[in-house]
Amino acid sequence: MSKGKVWKYGDNINTDVIFPGKYTYSILEPEEMAQHALEDLDPAFAQAVQPGDVIVAGSNFGCGSSREQAATCLKAAGVQAVIAKSFARIFFRNAINQGLPAVECSEAVDHLEKGNEVEIDFTEGKVKIGIQVFTFSPPPESVLRIFEAGGLTAYTKKILEETVGIPEKCEE
Amino acid sequence: MGQTFAEKILSAKAGQEAQAGEIVIASPDYILSHDNTAAIIKEFQKLGLERVKCPQKLVIILDHVVPPASEKYAQNHKTIREFVKAQNIPAFFDIPHGICHQVLPEQGFALPGKLILGADSHTTTYGAFGAFSAGIGRSEVASLWATEEIWLKVPETIKVDIGGKLPTGVYAKDVILKIIGEEGADRANYKAVEFSGEAVRNFTMASRMVLANMAAEMGAKNAYFGVDEATLEWLEVKTRDVFEPVASDLDARYEAVLRYDVSSFEPQVACPHTVDNVKNVKDVEGSSFQQAVIGTCTNGRLEDLEMAAAILKDNQVHPEVRALVIPASRAVYMRAMEQGILKILSEAGCVILNPGCGPCLGAHQGVLAPGEVALSTANRNFRGRMGSRDSEIYLASPATVAASALRGKITDPRTIL
Repeated sequence: MSKGKVWKYGDNINTDVIFPGKYTYSILEPEEMAQHALEDLDPAFAQAVQPGDVIVAGSNFGCGSSREQAATCLKAAGVQAVIAKSFARIFFRNAINQGLPAVECSEAVDHLEKGNEVEIDFTEGKVKIGIQVFTFSPPPESVLRIFEAGGLTAYTKKILEETVGIPEKCEE
Repeated sequence: MGQTFAEKILSAKAGQEAQAGEIVIASPDYILSHDNTAAIIKEFQKLGLERVKCPQKLVIILDHVVPPASEKYAQNHKTIREFVKAQNIPAFFDIPHGICHQVLPEQGFALPGKLILGADSHTTTYGAFGAFSAGIGRSEVASLWATEEIWLKVPETIKVDIGGKLPTGVYAKDVILKIIGEEGADRANYKAVEFSGEAVRNFTMASRMVLANMAAEMGAKNAYFGVDEATLEWLEVKTRDVFEPVASDLDARYEAVLRYDVSSFEPQVACPHTVDNVKNVKDVEGSSFQQAVIGTCTNGRLEDLEMAAAILKDNQVHPEVRALVIPASRAVYMRAMEQGILKILSEAGCVILNPGCGPCLGAHQGVLAPGEVALSTANRNFRGRMGSRDSEIYLASPATVAASALRGKITDPRTIL
């Protein structure tokens, strides 16, 4: 992946400040979601973010609601990855399912400051900052397959196409 | 070595023995979605399928913005109704019913030993009934409609052993706030939380639901309570399906065992803007607020409304406070009406709203202006959640909220009870 500029935030960045609840049922298009990304955390972000930028945060990133738009709005805003000390479970799933790399790497978080440039190899588990390289465990193979397909919907579509013609019915 | 509830149930659902840390492919018994079903339909359509694979597994409950507050919400509801009809989805609960996390158990889906996945983070609530229930994303629900399969990591389990007897003025809400305050908002991230001990055995099902619901606020994947007589009694008239309780083995391995004794607990309040920013109510007593909210999937049940009515009976809500009461479901609303609770609350000056999520997610029915403060029985107090990003939310028990609505300032309910 190409180099991206860092936006840095703290711990427990919740889904309400990433994508406010008041928009969750009224905005359905990713491009419009992007205009509200991080609105209640950093109102300047949505206007200033550049394609390829990287969000760096502390622990429990994406805690709170299960709203997938928290990942969708960042992806649509051009964010290439989120690096955090840890991710809330549902956000992690949503990120993978939207094809947004969620990188768990505490050392990289400690090293990175706002405006730094960073390069990420998600499948290899590497974060490069200048000449320094930090490693992290990439997701397991079964999860990586979803990411590599471009997200869950694309992945499921592929699976469905591969199994086409095989009679599928509900077990019950 | 024995197995935890989480290991047992996910092994059974995946058809293979699995331990904590392993990834399994499982098929849920029920799949929940609410107003977000409209967005899920959109995602499902991208898959190019005509039909949902197992329509009888879907449970769709409209609750988040009911009745619709704008044309867009109305269109979403319309889209959902048309889809439900076209796909012959039997378990559809339109706007009169109430909040999904109350309606799904009332309708007999939250059963011991079932795997329930929902596009809502508070899907953890059904752990109160011995189900394995967890929140997932919208795309995942769309894929589940198509394939019935999803990957799940078998979580490690934290056992929370809660002993002692609740003092006067202290309730399930105070217990879970205290625990979240002590343990932090991410203590149980990716993990299962199993509640046990003398205190929770004495809890009503409604109180157990408070703990299971708010386990999500410590990051839990799912919550779990063992099935006992109280569970079976609650389920007796509500069961839709055969079920078989699943319990942790006595020698199961836990990530940690946390022990609490509630005998010394006090009324608690989560202060802005995180759920783990918890203090004793007495330490913030006298703080002013403008909106009291009694309701939501955390505390909108009959015992919660009863408590509020006991405090507000023959009294008046303070003139500088707007008090909103939202029964969690139509069943709760009807009982509260029959028992005269709604009359007491209305006479006290409360606004009785229709069953649903109300203002909790900031979409309608009591949105906050800049500078305003709410004291709510809900489960989240994140910045901007109930309206302006310059508003604040405190979370507490129904007793604390009712007592505070009466006095017009945050009040320790023990000073009134």
